[in-house]
Amino acid sequence: MLEVRNLTVNYGAITALHDVSLRVEQGTIVTLIGGNGAGKTTTLRAISGMVKPKSGSILYQGRDITGVPTHKLVGQGIAHSPEGRMVFANLTVRENLQMGAYLQRDKAVIALEEEFVFDTFPRLKEREHQLAGTLSGGEQQMLAIGRALMSQPKCLLLDEPSLGIAPLLVKSIFEKIVELNRTRGLTILLVEQNANLALEISRYGYVLETGRVILADEASRLRADPKVREAYLGG
Amino acid sequence: MLPKSQLWLLLALVAAGVASALSRFLDPYILDVVMGVGIAITLASSLNLINGFTGQFSLGHAGFMAVGAYTSAMLTTTLGPKLGASPVLLQWAVFPASLLLAGLAAALAGLAVGAPSLRLKGDYLAIVTLGFGEIIKVLLQNMDVVGGARGLVGIPDYTNLFWTFGVAAVTVYVVWGLLNSTYGRGFLAVADDEVAAEAMGLNTTRYKITAFVVGSFFAGVAGGLYAHLKGYLNPGGFDFNKSIEIVVMVILGGMGRHVGVIVAAILLGVLNETLRSFGDYRMILYSLLLIILMLTRPQGLFTWPLWKKKAT
Repeated sequence: MLEVRNLTVNYGAITALHDVSLRVEQGTIVTLIGGNGAGKTTTLRAISGMVKPKSGSILYQGRDITGVPTHKLVGQGIAHSPEGRMVFANLTVRENLQMGAYLQRDKAVIALEEEFVFDTFPRLKEREHQLAGTLSGGEQQMLAIGRALMSQPKCLLLDEPSLGIAPLLVKSIFEKIVELNRTRGLTILLVEQNANLALEISRYGYVLETGRVILADEASRLRADPKVREAYLGG
Repeated sequence: MLPKSQLWLLLALVAAGVASALSRFLDPYILDVVMGVGIAITLASSLNLINGFTGQFSLGHAGFMAVGAYTSAMLTTTLGPKLGASPVLLQWAVFPASLLLAGLAAALAGLAVGAPSLRLKGDYLAIVTLGFGEIIKVLLQNMDVVGGARGLVGIPDYTNLFWTFGVAAVTVYVVWGLLNSTYGRGFLAVADDEVAAEAMGLNTTRYKITAFVVGSFFAGVAGGLYAHLKGYLNPGGFDFNKSIEIVVMVILGGMGRHVGVIVAAILLGVLNETLRSFGDYRMILYSLLLIILMLTRPQGLFTWPLWKKKAT
């Protein structure tokens, strides 16, 4: 469904990604793990068109989408839930969700999606008319994911859903991610610091280090790999 | 039955018309101040769309106002007499047409400045718009057709209460209506978080340009009203201080608050006159006010929870 070929991204003189290639098959969860500054977020940003790659190409459903602006990709079914949640603090929960369905003109479809999101995250329903800025970190993360779902994506780019969230909520959010993948057949490219949890729910994993893919394998095998265990899974 | 907002607009227009008909009983000085307030409301509300709601810090609003003021004044002074129309027709048909063109000219200027520079953020954009304002001023100072540094004189006094408050009402209505549509929530989203807005599929650049162009349009119309209120235009009147004055209204009222900004425009419009006796010290008082405000109420003076938006 999604393929990245020999992607190189520069920020000024600094090379953030160097010759990165990866594949995400339809209906799977694939995860990118790696330390700070490894290039995980940059990879997602390049796929969703927020940064322009220097070279390489990105294919989505067989089409070349390299350099296509973000707002066009959303319409094609790629949704990006950015790092650090980034909800619209001054809009209510409901308004945030409606922004997610920005390209959807059909009110009935929007209502349906909204219901789906509220079903998935009942907590959001309780806070429907609250300003998003007043939600807890975990609730904001739910909102960010819910908002991304509103555009009815086929492929969800999920950046650090566990960042700064209480461990208990992290678990429940990850359960929801798996549920979305199972019930909706949603393809998910997950970027996560919490490698253990991420590999647990993924089929395939890539390990990034200083802008390069240093390992790529089935998630279960990565979890067993002594090098990965030592570097990312806490021994 | 009209929607509530349109009813309000109609009400405001009728009120402006009635007030205008009765205005001859008013003291001319007071009338002048009141009309100045009406123009200030237009300026502040239109800048609020750019600075407050869309979060793009512009320091060039006086520049767009100048474009409109000169466009409108040139039209009525040069073209007006040639039409041979009656004064009534001039005031009620030619003048509004000139205002419209003034708005369009300013909007065009807004597009020309905005399209390349709105990719910039925060401080950088502020500096670009600041530069634009100064360029306009210097250009006008050196154009002999419009009187250069001596200024443009003999502009007919077509501006009355109806036009000033009619325009103010339309401006508030348009800004309000724009923001309370599904499309318009995008402006707030861009202000809140540009990256997230982009990730949602919003064309953020287009939003910013739209805000800029619409805001400039009304600044241009306000400029036209100003020209026909004062009867005399001087490029120096559209300097940096004028832009700051409008920015202060927006900040004082609370960035992104409809009612607050209107109240602030009224307050500062009146204050402007009462402080006149302090002469050149007026700007010092202004600046002091801004400093005190930022220290004590960074969210703006007129921000009640009732008039929602903005989490604290």
